[in-house]
Parts: sequence; structure tokens; C-alpha cells
Amino acid sequence: MRPDRRPSRRAFLTGAGASAGALALAGCDALSQSPGFRSVLYTGEDLTMLVQRALLAPSSMAKEFPASAISPDFKANGSTDPDSADYRALAANGFAEWRLEVGGLVERPASYSLAELRALPARSQITRHDCVEGWSCIGKWTGVQLATLLTAAGLKPDARYILFTCADELEKTLDGSGRYYETIDLEDAFHPQTILAYAMNDEPLPIAHGAPLRVRVERQLGYKMAKYLMRIDAIESFTDLGRGRGSFWADRGYDWYAGI
Amino acid sequence: MAATETAAPAPTLVYRHALVTRVTHWINVLAISLLILSGLQIFNAHPALYIGQASDFGAPVLSMTASRDTGGGLTGRTTILGATFDTTGVLGASSTAGRVEARGFPAWLTVPSYRDLATGRRWHFFFAWLFVINGAVYVAASLVNRHLTRDLVPGWRELRGVGRSILDHARLRFHHGRDYNVLQKLTYLGLILVVLPLIVMTGLTMSPGMDAALPWLVELFGGRQTARTIHFICATLVVLFILIHLAMVLVSGVGNNLRSIVTGRYRIDERETPHAS
Repeated sequence: MRPDRRPSRRAFLTGAGASAGALALAGCDALSQSPGFRSVLYTGEDLTMLVQRALLAPSSMAKEFPASAISPDFKANGSTDPDSADYRALAANGFAEWRLEVGGLVERPASYSLAELRALPARSQITRHDCVEGWSCIGKWTGVQLATLLTAAGLKPDARYILFTCADELEKTLDGSGRYYETIDLEDAFHPQTILAYAMNDEPLPIAHGAPLRVRVERQLGYKMAKYLMRIDAIESFTDLGRGRGSFWADRGYDWYAGI
Repeated sequence: MAATETAAPAPTLVYRHALVTRVTHWINVLAISLLILSGLQIFNAHPALYIGQASDFGAPVLSMTASRDTGGGLTGRTTILGATFDTTGVLGASSTAGRVEARGFPAWLTVPSYRDLATGRRWHFFFAWLFVINGAVYVAASLVNRHLTRDLVPGWRELRGVGRSILDHARLRFHHGRDYNVLQKLTYLGLILVVLPLIVMTGLTMSPGMDAALPWLVELFGGRQTARTIHFICATLVVLFILIHLAMVLVSGVGNNLRSIVTGRYRIDERETPHAS
């Protein structure tokens, strides 16, 4: 090879490489927005859920930590201070007027005040909260097992999911589609660590963390653990809710199964 | 072999790479590229790394931040183990469509290029499955066809020649034999047996579902945040490997190397007698 040809060849290769790279990245952006390609990418979630559910026994527990592991600075994410007039009024009164409605596909719909929930058998757990963003915090949660309420209500045979309806609107929309909601299946709903927490680190649940009540689903990511709970419904399908994917964040592209 | 019209002696071609090695190599190129680019998108959602079970927000081992400077522009800063560097333009703050914004890695290193954690995760986990399945096929086939034991595990005599091999690489003097040289063998083995399994295991450790299913996993790495940091370090090692690998491909005969990983045929130095394969 003649040495004088080298620089131009190198420049050509570098230029060609950079152009090919830019083209490939633009292609990835186009694919990211193609519904057909997205449905291919979404098969990853199905495979993950299939394999994780095969590995997880109903009794497989998330690790529980000693009190010394509790994070001094537990980050609050998503909604941290709902501003609807109804919620503000409930908060101003220390949630004395707040009631949790339990309904949908149940034999005995019910309604609980915060004091009534506190009077039920409680479970406390010190667990690691994993945010989808990548950070983790450890906190102590005390509440009533969801299974207790569901057993009391008696699920009808066609109930397959539990729907949580929340007080916070994370995205301001005119039609209310920005309201936070979440669904979990019965395997998670009846897991012993799935609790409706009214206390955090031995204090009443702060507003930033979902007062007066939030759900803990310890084997999944933080966004499954809906805050500011108002209603719990047993449902057969979530396709007619929101944009049909089963939760506020699933409607916005996140995995419904948030085990990873 | 077809006779050539030139007077030059016909090159000695050996069959160096089995079909399964070549196919899994190219699937790996696709999967690892997209895993790195989507991984950086995910990292950008919280561009900081920690040690332990939980995040001590005041003491990250690595962080990328952006702050307003006196002129109103954004300054990107990267802090590694307490040492802070101005990385404006690349890390911490970089321009997207002409506008400087706070972001860990720049738009040209993430998939999608714009900020979209949900879609980045979709890409990452799809190609993670492809990578794991492809890797399992490669390892199983390489045990059966003895690629692993015959071509990758170096003998004692070769290991004694590591020093000489390093010198040869430094002088860009390459001997084209049928076999990989000893540095190549050690690098490939380190990647296949250590770095890549580690990256999969630390990736799984970040999953709350996997931590409940296999509680020993998170104990092994000393916590979810430590695992996330190791995952990032391993990804950096993979990037380093790719850069060196590509440089070696270019300087040691790019045409010959590309042919051998596409068709399997590799031209060896004529003084060497090809193995029967």
C-alpha cells in the first residue's frame, strides 16, 4: 500500500463509519415509533414474565432487612402532593373522612375508614424499593395484607385482576386519562408481602409517599406500588380501562409486568 | 480451489470458523450494540452509581450532573470517586437538536436518541433475551464441536509465551496461523467465561422478581446497587474489548479477518501447514 493514500482512506472510513452510525441510530428512532416493531420488542416482557413466574413460588419472598438498613433519605417519586380539591380536603382533615371502597367482582362490597384498616391484623416489613430509574431505598412499611380484604369481600369466579384507583393525576388531561391507576394479578394480590400500607418507618404514611394508603408489591418495581388509594376493584380484564394496557405507566410504554 | 489467473502462488486458506461461530458472532454484534445503546438510555434515567443494597444519594461512586453556569449555559460534570471533571458536551450536559440539555450520555450514544426510559427498557430486555439465547447456543455448540477446549483454552507452553505475544502485538507484528494467538485466547476466554456471565448475572440481580426467586443472587454481589455498578463496569469492559477487537481486525489484515468471520475461510502464512479440520 502506498503511504500517501492512507490519510484519505482513513478519513473516508471514519466518515463512512460515522454516517453509517448516524443512519443506524436514526433507524432505531424510527423503529422505536413503529407500532409493528414495538409489538416485537414487547415480546420480551411476555418471556420475562413467563420465566420469572416459573421461577417464583407463591411463597418466594422479597428480602426483608434489619431496621439498621432503613434509608435515611427515602426518595419520593411520581406524584408527591396531589392537588385535586377532593384530595386536599381529605388531607386537611387528617384523612378522617377518607374511605377505601372495595368493589367490582366481589360478593360483599365493603368500605373501610383508616381507623378500621388499622384495627385489622397488621404486617410490617422492611424492604428494598427499586425504582425503574435505577435507584433503591429501604423502608419499613406497615399495613393490612390485601389478601385479608379480598378474602373478606369474597372474589367472584371471573375476577382475575385487582384494580387500584388513585387520587392523583400524574398527567394533567381534560378527559381524566392522566389519573393514576394500577392493576396486579391474583398471584401478586394474595402474596403475603402485598400489603396496603398506612405507615412508613413507624409514622403515618407521609403525603409524599402516598397518604393515606399505598400498596406494596414487593417483587416488582416501584411504579406498581400505587399511592393515594381510593378504590380497589376486582376485575376480569383491564382492556377497557385507560389506553387498555393495565396501568398509568403501562399505557405510556412501560411493562405491565414490572418484575425486572 | 479455483485456479487464479495471476502468477502469485495460491494463498493457503483454512476453514477457521464453524458456521455456528460465525452466525452467533453476528447476532452478538447486533445484540450487544443495542444492549449498550439502550443501556445508556436506561442509565440516563438516573445517571449515578452506588455501592450497597440501597442508594446513598449523597455518596455516589459515579455521577453525571448538569448545573447552570454564570452565563446561563449548562455545565456537565462527571464525578468519579470524589474527583470531578468538566465533561460539558459529552457527559452530564450535551446538545440535542441544537439545544443543550441535562443528560448523562449524549443523544448519539442512546437508543432511542431522545429521552424515553420505557422504550429503552423495551429494546434492552428484548435484546437481552436474544443475547442470552445466542450465548447459550454458542457455549453449547462450542463444547460439542470442541471450539472452546481446542481453540480457546491455551496450553501451558503458549502461556509461557504471553510476554512475547504482548511484544508482537505492540509492534503490530502478526503471525497468521490457523490458531488464535495466546493473548487472543485469554481475552476471548475472559470475556466469555467472566465478563459476559457477570453482566447477565448483575443484570438479573437488579430485578426484584429475580431477587425473590433466587435470594443468593443479590447476596453474591453485596446488594442491588453494587450489582448495578458492576453491570456498568462490565459494560465498559465490553466497550473496551470491542474497540481493541476492531483495531486488531483493522491492523492484522481486515479483508482476511472479515472473510474468515463471514465465510469461515482464513488465509494463513504459507510456512504453516494447515490442520485437517
